[in-house]
Amino acid sequence: MARNMDMKKCPMPAQDPDVRSRNFDEVALGYTWEMAVGEARRCLNCPKKPCVSACPVQIDIPAFIERVAAEDMEGAYRVLSASSALPAVCGRVCPQESQCEGKCVRGVKGEPVAIGRLERFVADWHREHAGEAPHKPQQNGHKVAVIGAGPSGLTAAGDLAKLGYQVTVYEALHTAGGVLVYGIPEFRLPKQIVRQEIDGLRAMGVEIFTNMVIGKVLTIDELFEMGFEAVYIASGAGLPRFMGIPGESLKGVYSANEYLTRINLMKAYLPGSKTPIMKSNRVAVVGGGNVAMDAARSARRLGAQEVTIVYRRGMQELPARREEVEHAMEEGIVFRTLTNPVEVLGDENGFVRGMRCVEMELGEPDASGRRRPVVKEGSEFTLDVDTMIMAIGTSPNPLIRSTTPGLETNRHGCIVTNGEDGLTSREGVYAGGDAVTGAATVILAMGAGKQAARAIDAYIREKHA
Amino acid sequence: MFTILKKERLNPTVSRMVVKAPFVARKAEPGQFIIFRAHEDSERIPLTIADFDREAGTVTVIYQIVGASTMELDAMREGEALCDFVGPLGKPTQTDGIKKVAVVGGGVGCAIAYPVARKLHDLGCEVHAVVGFRSSDLVILEEEFAAASDRLILMTDDGSRGEKGLVTAALEKLIEEGNAYDEVIAIGPLVMMKFVCAVTKRYGIKTVVSMNPIMIDGTGMCGGCRLTVGGETKFACVDGPDFDGHLVDFDEAMKRGTMYREFEQHAREASCNLLNREVQ
Repeated sequence: MARNMDMKKCPMPAQDPDVRSRNFDEVALGYTWEMAVGEARRCLNCPKKPCVSACPVQIDIPAFIERVAAEDMEGAYRVLSASSALPAVCGRVCPQESQCEGKCVRGVKGEPVAIGRLERFVADWHREHAGEAPHKPQQNGHKVAVIGAGPSGLTAAGDLAKLGYQVTVYEALHTAGGVLVYGIPEFRLPKQIVRQEIDGLRAMGVEIFTNMVIGKVLTIDELFEMGFEAVYIASGAGLPRFMGIPGESLKGVYSANEYLTRINLMKAYLPGSKTPIMKSNRVAVVGGGNVAMDAARSARRLGAQEVTIVYRRGMQELPARREEVEHAMEEGIVFRTLTNPVEVLGDENGFVRGMRCVEMELGEPDASGRRRPVVKEGSEFTLDVDTMIMAIGTSPNPLIRSTTPGLETNRHGCIVTNGEDGLTSREGVYAGGDAVTGAATVILAMGAGKQAARAIDAYIREKHA
Repeated sequence: MFTILKKERLNPTVSRMVVKAPFVARKAEPGQFIIFRAHEDSERIPLTIADFDREAGTVTVIYQIVGASTMELDAMREGEALCDFVGPLGKPTQTDGIKKVAVVGGGVGCAIAYPVARKLHDLGCEVHAVVGFRSSDLVILEEEFAAASDRLILMTDDGSRGEKGLVTAALEKLIEEGNAYDEVIAIGPLVMMKFVCAVTKRYGIKTVVSMNPIMIDGTGMCGGCRLTVGGETKFACVDGPDFDGHLVDFDEAMKRGTMYREFEQHAREASCNLLNREVQ
């Protein structure tokens, strides 16, 4: 087959910005068969495979793309699913530009191969066309408990189930999916897709119990008493951070977690929803990550006239996925970078009416290597807003650490592990994802789940050797 | 399946429901709460645990019909099952070291105060219970409180039952009589807890209150239930719901509680209309 030497990647068809900023349907529409095959033929199938080493779950990227180029979508799916429990999710939410695509050889002189878009195409094609039920592996008689049905827990559960373990996942909320259902909005990741990926895990024999808050209803010690031989803690990020500035308790100040949970998990965006959400006109979202973009774009879709991202560093430093920033800009989100709020102002009824801000400039690099923002003297100004959403990160959930004796945590409250395989200070207890790293990405959490599954398998094998 | 085993009306707007929830029943302690969803499309609503039976695997909740979600709950019958019922959440009420206590309950808050009073009574503590209601037809759990306390003072706003007046007056009288309480535990409307704290602060008596702010997940994720306690941001779902009443910013909590008042009124009217249509 002929190689496609186009310097640019095939653009992603998307809903028109003016239309999509008024609905919650998925923004990116996905490649057609012809687009996918054409894009796949841009891959040089180079021997070094730098893309694979940059993938936290080490998908054999050239192998799946080669199958797409050969128009064997089911074969491509088999390659993907050998490494990833949630390919339809990753194709949509991974920061490919800093992972696989960031290392692609085609990116040196032009644009990299659209690996994420191809992954999404293959996973979607499989979901829509393949009738074949997932293979239910032969069980080996060993039980493993997973705490949290988010990306990390589900990945570990899937990998362990494939190895024959009887896996039980305990989820605190009423729906499995973690951040995929409460955090990431419908327009970026349709919940139907998450449901189907989870159904696939169930079909493999993974049991998922919702409404189970581990640390409260059962402790980790009780899970061992119940016959589980290992436990994987993937309880996710926890309490939202606030800035500690005056006025944060005014009505109309949300954490992004609360705002997005109301909209996504509780469906406040649907007409007739029983979950209330503020009817906002002018919204400020504080923060520059994916969560901030999700909150801003959700506010826009709920009818806000003006939505502003307020971020204390510059455009170059925005930690969000590039595509999300681009989509947000197309949808009319205003970016006020190098700006930091210092006070939230309230009206006589206790609702937000504005936000006092200062301008910032970038100084010397700090410990993270990023240039530290410093306040510009005399730059104070007021932004008229009726809603303020704080998207500045989270601190780990205290429920498990406070009820598990001998589980070491660091001064931030994150669970301490021995690095790669996720072993904690307790024998048989592994941990990964945001509970260990603090708020990070879906794919890093999945990578941790994968490594923990491998380590748990080795641990149980050794114990019975 | 969280089956409703028993449902009974305690007064015109308050009902008691016994729900099958063995996992929750095994761990529940006074002061903790659960979150339920009546149906697949319902809101998540926190309710404090009013009682539990570990052997029978049941948890009792007492609720007042205040909005669309509690109306929806109240429309459910014995034998039907709640969609979700998760708990026990929050920290249990601390009872260590208390030898003499005044438990103050207001309105439906008495439903939460009762298991706390009973636990302290069972531990051999001297319990004085002060319970207040608007009028005689709203009185609940009178016999239960009588059995769980060494002294029970019942107050009504209009004097139609017990003594006329507010719980704060009764509490102050008890203190003035020379009762030296190790602690006062106050559970009821925010304004009641605020004024109980104002009284006990004057006498320097440690006071614990149970906060019930707007909440979604209840597991330490959304941050909706935040309160200012002693100048710091606290989350009722994981740091509470019990807090040192002398440190709680009640005025702020009262304001935050009204955030969705307009939406709630619409929702309540919509539910009423739906129920009316069903009746016709």
